[in-house]
Amino acid sequence: MIELDRLSRTYEIGGEPVHALVEVTESIAAGEHVAIMGPSGSGKSTLLHLVGCLDRPTSGSYRFEGREVGALAEAELDRLRQRRFGFVFQAFHLVARLDGLGNVELPMVFAQVPRAERRERAHAALEAVGLAHRAGHRPSELSGGERQRLAIARALAMRPGVLLADEPTGNLDTKSGNAVLDLLDRLNGEGLTLLVVTHDPRVARRADRTVILADGAIVRRARREELAQALTEWGLGVEPHE
Amino acid sequence: MSAADLAAYAGRALAGHRLRSLLSLLGVSVGIAAVILLTALGEGARRYVVDQFAQIGSSFVAVLPGKTDTTGAMPGVGGVPNDLTLEDTRALERALPQVDLIAPFVVATDEVAWRDRRRQVMVLGVTAEFAELRRLSLARGRFLPATELGRGGSLAVLGDRLARELFGNGDPIGAAVRIGGRRCRVIGVLAPRGQQLGMNMDDVVLVPVATGMRMFNRSSLFRIVIDVGPEGDVEAVKARALEVLVERHGEEDVTLITEAAVVDSLSAILDALTLAVAAIAAISLAVAGIGILNVLLVAVSERTAEIGLLRAVGASRRQVLACFLTEAVLLSGLGGAVGLAAGAAGVRILVGIWPALPAAPPAWAIAAAVVLSLAVGATFGWLPARRAAALDPVRALSGR
Ligand SMILES: Nc1ncnc2c1ncn2[C@@H]1O[C@H](COP(=O)(O)OP(=O)(O)OP(=O)(O)O)[C@@H](O)[C@H]1O
Ligand SMILES: [Mg+2]
Repeated sequence: MIELDRLSRTYEIGGEPVHALVEVTESIAAGEHVAIMGPSGSGKSTLLHLVGCLDRPTSGSYRFEGREVGALAEAELDRLRQRRFGFVFQAFHLVARLDGLGNVELPMVFAQVPRAERRERAHAALEAVGLAHRAGHRPSELSGGERQRLAIARALAMRPGVLLADEPTGNLDTKSGNAVLDLLDRLNGEGLTLLVVTHDPRVARRADRTVILADGAIVRRARREELAQALTEWGLGVEPHE
Repeated sequence: MSAADLAAYAGRALAGHRLRSLLSLLGVSVGIAAVILLTALGEGARRYVVDQFAQIGSSFVAVLPGKTDTTGAMPGVGGVPNDLTLEDTRALERALPQVDLIAPFVVATDEVAWRDRRRQVMVLGVTAEFAELRRLSLARGRFLPATELGRGGSLAVLGDRLARELFGNGDPIGAAVRIGGRRCRVIGVLAPRGQQLGMNMDDVVLVPVATGMRMFNRSSLFRIVIDVGPEGDVEAVKARALEVLVERHGEEDVTLITEAAVVDSLSAILDALTLAVAAIAAISLAVAGIGILNVLLVAVSERTAEIGLLRAVGASRRQVLACFLTEAVLLSGLGGAVGLAAGAAGVRILVGIWPALPAAPPAWAIAAAVVLSLAVGATFGWLPARRAAALDPVRALSGR
C-alpha cells in the first residue's frame, strides 16, 4: 500500500541544509499497524507528513496504492488527504468554536458530502469512538482523552484507508491514553492501516512492528517480540515523558 | 464547498469575535449610509429643480437678446446685438400661429410707494399672456388687460406680500401707487404664490410691458417666452423663431433656449454634484476596507493551526482562500446592509424635517452601495485570504 524508496526531505535554513529524512526505504502493507520511534528531531513527524501527502519529498519515490505520489498534481494530493488519510495529532487540533458534531463534520464539509449524509456519518463516527453523548459539547468541555477520541472520530469521518497518528497519547494520562490505544487497536482490527509515531514503548508494543529512526534514517526494524531489545539497543527504553 | 457551508463556516468564525467583527462591520455601514444619504440629498435637489419646471407645465422656448456662445467665444463679437423689440414679438406672433402664447417681458428693481410706505421690489413689464404663462391667479381685481402691445397704460398688479405691506388690511384696488416716480393705478392683487424659478411672485409688481420699457428707459426686452403647448413641436418652433429673428436683424444675435435644454443642463450639473459627493463618501469605504483587512490579518495569524488542520483533512488552497474571502465579504456585506437601512432611515428623517425636498437615493446609488460594500470585502479580504491559502500546512499545524 505504502512503498517508500530512498525518500529524503531536506530543509534549507539560512543556506544550511537540514536533513530531516535521509534515503528512507520502507513498505507498509494494507491493514498493518506500524509504530515509528526515535529520539526527538529524528524525523518521525516529517516521515508521517510525507506519507500523508501533507509535504513533498526532496528526492526519492513514494508510491501509494500503486500510484507515484511525486507525479500527482496538488489537487490530487488534496483529494488523497481528504479520502485516504486520517490525521491525529498530539495537540488534537480541534476547532474550539465548533461542537463535537461540527468538528467531526468538518472534513465532510470540505469534501462536499451532502448535509444529511454528513450528519449521519458524523453521528456514526462519534458512536464508534464512544462519544455519542458528547455530540453537542465543545472541545473545551471535554477531557483530554475525550478530545483525542473526538479527533479520531473526525479522522474516521471520511472512512480513510490509513490513519496517521503523531504522538496521539502524548498529552494524555495513562488511563485515557489506554482508552485511545484500545480504540486504535480496534480500528486496526477492522482493517484500518495504522501508522503511529510515539516516544512511549507501551504504545509501540501494541504495533505489529516498529521502525526506529535516528538522524533521519531508519536504523532498526523490530517485530513486537524484538521490541524490548531494540529499544534498549537504541536507548529508547525509558519513557521520556515520565 | 457549497455557498451555504461557506457562509456558515465564515459566520461562525466571525461570531467568535463579536466586538471585533461588529466594529469593522460598522465602518462599512457608515460609508454606505453616507453614500445613500448624500446621493439622496443630491437627487432631492435635482428633482426639486425639475419639479419647479414641471409646475410651469408645457414646453417653452425662451428668446434672449445677444448671442451666448457655449463654445466659449466672446459674446457680442461682430458688433452690439440688435435690441429684442416688441416688433420682434409681433413678427413671431405672425410667424407662429400654432403656439399657445407668446409673452415678452422686461425686468427691473425699483421702489414702489403708497403714501409714506415704500418698498424695493422687482418690477416686471409683462403682457396679459404672462398670467397664463406662469399660471398666476388673482386674489382681487383683474390682471393686466390684453391690449395692443405698444400701448402701455399706467396700471399695476401687486404681489400678495407687497399688497399687504403697503396697504395692510385695506383694499388696494383703485389706489394710485408710485413706481419709479410714475403713478399707476392698482387693478389687481395676485393670489399668494411663493418662490417660482428663483422669483418670489409675492414680492413683485406687474405693469404693462410698454410701460415698463418706458419707465426704465429700455429699448430691448429681457425675454420673449414662447409657450409651445403640451403637444407642440419645440424644435420646429425654435427653428422658425430663429429664422424670423435672423431675417429681421440681419444676423444671428439672439439666443434661444428650450426648457428641455435648461432642465437637462441643470439636471446634469446636479447629477455631477451628486456623483462627486458619492465618490467622496466612497472614500470612507476605503478606510472601512482597511479595518476589514486588519481584522482578517489578525484572524489568519490567530487561526494558523486551524488552517493547517483544514489542509490536513483535505481542504484545497482554493477552499481556504474561499473561507477567508467569505468572511471578508460577509463582514462588508452585512455592514452594507446595515448602512443601507441606516441611510434609508436618515433620508426619512430628512424628508420629515424638509417635506419640500423630494430626497430619495437614486437607484444607481443603491445598486452601487450594494456592489461597493461587497467589493470592499472582496478587495481588502483578498490579501489575508491569499496569505492563508499560501501557508505551508506542516508549518501551519505547528502554529508557525
Ligand atoms: N519546517 C522546517 N524547517 C526546517 N527544519 C525543520 C522543519 N521541520 C522540521 N525540521 C527539522 O527536521 C528535523 C526532523 O524534524 P521532525 O519534526 O520530523 O522530528 P521528530 O522526530 O518528529 O521530533 P519530535 O519527536 O521532537 O517531534 C529536525 O531537525 C527539525 O528541526
Ligand atoms: Mg514530531
